[in-house]
Amino acid sequence: MASEIEIKLKVNGEPVSARVEARLSLVDFLREKLHLTGSHVGCEHGVCGACTVRLDGEIVRGCLTLAAQADGAEVTSIEGASDSGEIADLQAAFHERNALQCGFCTPAMLLSADALLKRQPAPSREEIRLWLSGNYCRCTGYHAIVDAVASVAEARRNNSV
Amino acid sequence: MKPASFEYLRAGSVEETLALLGKHRDAAILAGGQSLLAMMNMRAATPSHLIDISGVGALREIRLEGDTLVLGALTRHVDLEGSDTVETAAPLLREAAGQLAHPAIRNKGTIGGSLALADPAAELPACILALGATLRATGPSGIRDIAAEDFFEGAFTTALGENEVLTEIRCPAAAGTRTSYEKLARRHGDYGLVGLAARAEVRDGRLHAPRLAFFAITDRATLAHSAAACLDGKDLGDAVLEKACAALADDLDAVGQPGCSAPAKLHLARVLLRRAVARLLG
Repeated sequence: MASEIEIKLKVNGEPVSARVEARLSLVDFLREKLHLTGSHVGCEHGVCGACTVRLDGEIVRGCLTLAAQADGAEVTSIEGASDSGEIADLQAAFHERNALQCGFCTPAMLLSADALLKRQPAPSREEIRLWLSGNYCRCTGYHAIVDAVASVAEARRNNSV
Repeated sequence: MKPASFEYLRAGSVEETLALLGKHRDAAILAGGQSLLAMMNMRAATPSHLIDISGVGALREIRLEGDTLVLGALTRHVDLEGSDTVETAAPLLREAAGQLAHPAIRNKGTIGGSLALADPAAELPACILALGATLRATGPSGIRDIAAEDFFEGAFTTALGENEVLTEIRCPAAAGTRTSYEKLARRHGDYGLVGLAARAEVRDGRLHAPRLAFFAITDRATLAHSAAACLDGKDLGDAVLEKACAALADDLDAVGQPGCSAPAKLHLARVLLRRAVARLLG
């Protein structure tokens, strides 16, 4: 029977094969099987956004995606995005502007913000707020996060011309 | 929480899906999973089998057939958001999809999943009701078309048979009509307290054959027939609007929720009706 299944995928560029329980979520797979604990588990029903990871280049909820569904896919977690340096500017801006306190939401916030800037290089503050409304932060009140994302948007635009 | 244990099966085609559905009585179809997996995590749903149809490429297509916009059941919200074909033929769907939940959810959630689940608070059931779409289901005895009006039978209950799978949504193209989409929610991306998807022909400053589909107020997406009749072809002065708003009490058997009672929902529905009329006349 298939309550356990074999999956093969790429995680942060590395090939991974595993036998997983069908009910294992992608975020639990990353955390518990691969010990990539930068992706966090919050509400487990798609509301808080703390589990955000990239699946084939698009951000998804790691709690509303089964590990089984990632078979054959490329997954990027915060560890991969961080190591590659591709979000170093966002990380620096979050640091500089105190856009985190406890840091629980930060990995997902960074991946989400990066997805926004790739899609919309010149977002207004309102657009940044709407986009990040799917990522809850219980500490900062969001202002510093919006500041950080807006400053990176501007810097990336200036660098690309 | 974590979901109860289940067997995971992949279907590569509609035929395979039907064969698996026939074999497993307590199976659920997994499309984008953005509602189903949340329900399973909360153990509000405990199917014995999940049949993953996300690999059925034939159900992903968006195309025009004459005056009909055809959406494969696996069309994701992000696909609706980004499609010029949808923008031209059914701008209502693009507008609704762009505000639905959050970007990470729109990257996986599908229109077929939303319709087949029939959450009373879901947005897309009301949109396809406003558009007068037809839902195409495939079952063991072939294809069956179901009018949107006949599809939603109650909370989480549809006209789909146990052995049928929703394959296509067929919307008449928008030519000559205007649409409006309004939703009131406490936070951006939350399920609405009340919402309204509306479509009408607009001539000489009047609405003709308006379709007013409310969501998150009764046990299903609901067309407000009496209110629509009050507006149809009329000069839309205060008295007419007042009458249409009053008629919503006949159309909508409002169901309250914590923090928003049934009378409050009906009040908000009236607020949205006035906004929608103003926007349609725009």
